[in-house]
Amino acid sequence: MILYEANGPTISTVSARNGRLFARCVAIHWSLRISLFITCYNDVLFPKTGQAVVTVLERLGHTVEFRPTQTCCGQMHYNSGYHMDALPLMEKFLEDFHDAEVICIPSASCVSTIRDHYPVMAEKSGSKDLIRQVNEILPRVFEFSELLIDKLGVEDTGAYFPHVVTLHCSCHSLRSLGVGDKPERLLRNVKGLTFVPLEDYDQCCGFGGTFAVKNAEVSSAMAADKVKCILNTKAEVCAALDNSCLMQIGGTLGRDHAVTCTMHLAEILASTQSANGGTLA
Amino acid sequence: MSIRVGEAAEAPSFAVASKELLKNDQLRRNVRNATGIIRGKRANVVGETPDWQQLRDAGHAIKEHTLRHLGDYLARFEENCIRAGGKVHWARDADEANAISIELIHRYTPDGKRAEVIKVKSMTTDEIGMNKALVTAGITPYETDLADLIVQLGDDKPSHIVVPALHRNRMEIRELFMRTMKLDELGTSPEDIAGAARVYLREKFLRVPIAISGANFAVAETGSVCVVESEGNGRMCVSLPRVLISVVGIEKIIPTFQDLEVFLQLLSRSATGERMNPYNSIWTGVVPGDGPREFHVILLDNGRTKVLADSASSETLDCIRCGACLNACPVYRQTGGHAYGSIYAGPIGAILTPQLQSMEHSTSLPYASSLCGACYEVCPVKINIPEILIHLREKIVDGQDHHGGMGTDFAEKAGMKVAAWAMSDAANLSTVRAAGRLAQIPFARNGVIHSLPGMLGQWTNTRDMPAIPAESFRQWWARRRQNVVPGGTK
Repeated sequence: MILYEANGPTISTVSARNGRLFARCVAIHWSLRISLFITCYNDVLFPKTGQAVVTVLERLGHTVEFRPTQTCCGQMHYNSGYHMDALPLMEKFLEDFHDAEVICIPSASCVSTIRDHYPVMAEKSGSKDLIRQVNEILPRVFEFSELLIDKLGVEDTGAYFPHVVTLHCSCHSLRSLGVGDKPERLLRNVKGLTFVPLEDYDQCCGFGGTFAVKNAEVSSAMAADKVKCILNTKAEVCAALDNSCLMQIGGTLGRDHAVTCTMHLAEILASTQSANGGTLA
Repeated sequence: MSIRVGEAAEAPSFAVASKELLKNDQLRRNVRNATGIIRGKRANVVGETPDWQQLRDAGHAIKEHTLRHLGDYLARFEENCIRAGGKVHWARDADEANAISIELIHRYTPDGKRAEVIKVKSMTTDEIGMNKALVTAGITPYETDLADLIVQLGDDKPSHIVVPALHRNRMEIRELFMRTMKLDELGTSPEDIAGAARVYLREKFLRVPIAISGANFAVAETGSVCVVESEGNGRMCVSLPRVLISVVGIEKIIPTFQDLEVFLQLLSRSATGERMNPYNSIWTGVVPGDGPREFHVILLDNGRTKVLADSASSETLDCIRCGACLNACPVYRQTGGHAYGSIYAGPIGAILTPQLQSMEHSTSLPYASSLCGACYEVCPVKINIPEILIHLREKIVDGQDHHGGMGTDFAEKAGMKVAAWAMSDAANLSTVRAAGRLAQIPFARNGVIHSLPGMLGQWTNTRDMPAIPAESFRQWWARRRQNVVPGGTK
């Protein structure tokens, strides 16, 4: 991978491997200043995902910033019906990121909260100012795989990960964001990686936020179905765009003493031959 | 007024009912099998319809338009139905609709004859608990839809909007028929079992002079009523008897006959995975020398105008009862329909039941979803079910606050308050994280928590939980910045 850093456009020549075909694609883009919204649960429970996002974006020649005042998008409160508590969190997010150039969020469900529910919340608040702020920020909000493919035009991130990987397509990434096969394309371009499709890939893992606790038995039954499909693939790793799903899947795999582990897509893409030689999480 | 949805008000909460149902492996296999087959068929016929998304948009638009002008279209329907020889009654709730039906049945039952009715499958009559009311009034109702017959003979409850006996497999049905129809022998093939039902039902079709139906659609422009079905029992019921009574929810109105073009495509493909239903019966008033001599329509509110009044969730009334959301729902497929405690099961039931009847009787239903969105994706009239579920949750939370309701949800409310405080400021979040690190010490082993007390124990009963790692992302970031040489990454 060759990178030309300049004040103007950066040209990165990335060799993309697709089956037996080697294609060279040239993406012309500006070196961006990308603001990371880590999300509250990634910050506390899955810091490695955030570190991986930083690694990948910097490797692609971009500058990553982290605004330390950030906390949470308000998803849990909103989805659970605590809308009065969610509103200040939306206002905080809008304030924290109001002048950010590009916002990268390694969680599809948080992006979905911002994209689908912020407009509803703003509308309901009746504040013209809030509606304007939401409208202004939305085009700058990207889920991690969206950012790579749609904004940066990168499918081959130069990663190396010599393992068998399957992909759980989280509900929000699939149905709200409509990411389609973007995460799969990113995985298929990882050197050494063997991709195995997941049966019933579009079925919910059963997490669903407070649903996992309020209806724990049903939630666990859904997780058991998901895990059965994952184990059938014989994959070493199950990847996803959401650590919330992976906590449900990984927690069930762990309880079953399965050898398959879970990793956020970013952590796989962060792995290179020189960095950590593609070790498992 | 007494608005009720079947016996949903007395039903246990979803969490309680589902826990029991999850233990029934046979039922879960039956549900999984049946929903899997219908989903596959639906996917095929939807896939071959290039303008499917436009059809959904059209269906949604027609329904929304109609609901906005419902008063006008209802009046138009009444006028045109009467003009065609029908009679129109208005019922505010279940009791009124049942009382009108009972009066009509007694009026038209020949002197000295037993009061009996044959029934076309109808969710609306299930909603108002009509069969129970009829039996109490000395009237014998016979369900003629095969699945409804299975439910009725088994003294069971429907578990699906379209295929009410989906929780039963063939052998269970064979055993039920042999017992209730007093058959000494019965083959095991689907043809044998359907044949037994046919013999049993034909006698009723030919003997009973009064039929009760619901409606899939009621056309304002012509005063016509439309019922679609797959078995021909509906056609028999709406054409053979001398008297036909149709109980129609007021949201079943569509403006014009041509609108059926949209809905008959959407409904059959979504409901049973067929390009067209085998029987599409549309009748307009009475025709001398053909079909029923007396035709009555009962237009039923039973909470619908209340649903219409809340603009954030009124699109619930767009529903055409296809059941596609049930088949697509990963929660429904685990538990089957009985967990919802209502004749309206699955995602649509989770939003319809609490809105129709008093919310306090069904506070668990809006939470019976992981908000995965599979229901919204398949809904032929594009009802945003996840958004409405969230809206109803908000109503429940607000109601609790209003009544100072504590009880079992106190822990949740307290947790949400702590979380709101933690997220209001990054320093608070760090404090709560540090407290969590301390609190987890007795439970964490090698970065994994296997068991937790209280509400979180619901998680660790079946799943491990990651422990809070020593360094948060923001700590890592701060440490990294200190180590970075000036001019490097910031």
